[in-house]
Amino acid sequence: MHVNLKILRYNPEVDKKPHWETYNVECEPGDRVLDLLNHVKWYVEPTLTYRRSCAHGVCGSDAMLINGRNRLACKILIRDLTKDGGTITVEPIRGLKVEKDLLVDMDPFFESYRAVLPFFINDDPVPAGERLQTVEDRERFDQGTKCILCAACTTSCPIFWVNGRYLGPAAIVQAHRFIFDSRDKGTSERLNLLNQNTGVWRCRTAYNCTEACPREIPVTQLIEEVKRAIMYQQA
Amino acid sequence: MIRAKTYNDAKQQSHTNAELNWWIFMRISGVVLTFLILGHIWMTYVQVSEKDATFDAVVFKLQQPAWKLYDWLILSLSLLHGANGARYSIEDYVRSRPNRFWVKSIFYTLIAALFVFGTVGLFSI
Repeated sequence: MHVNLKILRYNPEVDKKPHWETYNVECEPGDRVLDLLNHVKWYVEPTLTYRRSCAHGVCGSDAMLINGRNRLACKILIRDLTKDGGTITVEPIRGLKVEKDLLVDMDPFFESYRAVLPFFINDDPVPAGERLQTVEDRERFDQGTKCILCAACTTSCPIFWVNGRYLGPAAIVQAHRFIFDSRDKGTSERLNLLNQNTGVWRCRTAYNCTEACPREIPVTQLIEEVKRAIMYQQA
Repeated sequence: MIRAKTYNDAKQQSHTNAELNWWIFMRISGVVLTFLILGHIWMTYVQVSEKDATFDAVVFKLQQPAWKLYDWLILSLSLLHGANGARYSIEDYVRSRPNRFWVKSIFYTLIAALFVFGTVGLFSI
């Protein structure tokens, strides 16, 4: 089958603003969008720029706006997007500065990530064995552990698009993973960080993040759980 | 932490429960308003007959303290609830600080004027 791959391209050295370019590509219905991008880069237009690494939906490098929705290019199949002769649009994720073609500056995203202390905090003396945890306690924060930091949720959030001061859903999911970990002792510190205008209270429950997550994390629900945790902490 | 660039940012990052309290207020006032307004519709349009549709009947109704309190609760809760909702949008979408200041000043003045006129109107009958 043939599809038209329509890519929003931008070269900062030449272009004033991004422009669309269409490539007619031969493919199989079971191919992924990443295969098409690779085909264009390797055989048609070597200047095409995008991130990809593992190509199996684990590293989180290739989140992009495909047919108007944030997805991983390595996870979405052509047959789920269009039929023979159809068009697939690919744009960089929104809300972050485009550096070239589909490559965006991820620094603000990781700055928010670092802001929520995304590491295990426990200053108790190290026990002889492991720090044990019940199955239920592990289940409590299971959803957050699935996050691959691809930024699909944060860059689908309308508040993040318009307001650079919001930490964004991904950072809150990462905070959730440690806040609800029974072994972690940094909960109140993280809740104080999120109990701000720049934290969870910026979330207007648009649910874009939940729809965008390629790992099917119920992102909005986790944000609401953090809001409730702050409420009970302050009560 | 996202580094504070201005005094205002730093103030926002200092620890306060203001946003938490507004969040709780929005939930409670939303639920309360639903029942207040449904009750208002019921008493104004359903629980009346044709002989109540006179000037004297309406004046008599509005003279009762319970009815005044009921109306005043709707007035104040809906203004606060609406103003806070609009504040959310203004803070999200008006990005320039001087513009945000002007939009907020004019908007809050308008809300305060509505509250004063409503209260005066209600309690001067």
